[in-house]
Amino acid sequence: MNSEDDEIDRCLVMATQNGLPLVSRPYQLLGEQLGISVEEVMLRLKRMLASGVIRRIGAVPNHYAIGYTANGMSVWDVPDDRVDELGARIGELDFVTHCYHRPRQLPAWPYNLFAMAHGSSREEVLGKVAHIATLLGADCRAYDVLFSTQILKKTGLRIGI
Amino acid sequence: MRERVAINQIDEIERAIIDRLQGGFPVCEQPFAEAAVELGIDEEELLSRLRGLLEARVLTRFGPMFQVERMGGAFVLAAMCVPDEDWERVVATVNSFPEVAHNYRRESEKCCNFNMWFVLATETPGGIDRAVSKIEEASGLPVYAFPKIKEYFVEMKLQVRT
Repeated sequence: MNSEDDEIDRCLVMATQNGLPLVSRPYQLLGEQLGISVEEVMLRLKRMLASGVIRRIGAVPNHYAIGYTANGMSVWDVPDDRVDELGARIGELDFVTHCYHRPRQLPAWPYNLFAMAHGSSREEVLGKVAHIATLLGADCRAYDVLFSTQILKKTGLRIGI
Repeated sequence: MRERVAINQIDEIERAIIDRLQGGFPVCEQPFAEAAVELGIDEEELLSRLRGLLEARVLTRFGPMFQVERMGGAFVLAAMCVPDEDWERVVATVNSFPEVAHNYRRESEKCCNFNMWFVLATETPGGIDRAVSKIEEASGLPVYAFPKIKEYFVEMKLQVRT
């Protein structure tokens, strides 16, 4: 891929990062804006989907508005040499939407495993967290749950500003 | 909750749109028409429903979800411990940076002080450190970065709840 090619992809990202135009032929309109054909817009989008640059195309809901009023980020201090095995097991749980190994920030932050759980109430989420705690057993040295109480910003990616 | 929209304001058609259109939106000449067929409605109705859902903030966006890392960029979780008396100022400062893609207030079950959690998205990996420095300078508070070392699972398709 040459740099001009990259630059067209980048323009397509910038033109769609706020969302697709809500018109009958959105890819046609994007092509007109970028000076390329509708076929090229569709080809590039398909290529970005295949390579993972685009994770998916569709609706991004506000969790709160669709009933997930309790959003808990559970954080765990587990042994570093066990984190991959434990992370893979927690990530498989159907109520866990994101699961990551992240660095500690000692002394303020001792946790190295993050698992996001969503539910309709804090009690429901805390029940799920208790399930994770049981699964981790003695490998869990400490944990906490941080519930979101307000969305302060949710714009998504913004490049080229 | 400021963003809360009553769940009973979502009708069956909107529910189907939210549950079934979180991915897989077609790439073809008239994608809304094609997606509408699957939902049992017509193109014009799908477009007007999407406009309504975006206006009501039931949807925050409709379009491609990018993985900036795959374009050579970076996406990093970061957090701050913001004193209550300084809260409004720091929210305004942090949110003013375009690199801040999402920002959430969080409260801990165990009273830890990390109460502001945001995601930095930049076009280059070096952009993260620059953004962290700029936010620290503008806010006067430390920013803790939590770059992911490994991702075990990511799936973000939540169904509408009753």
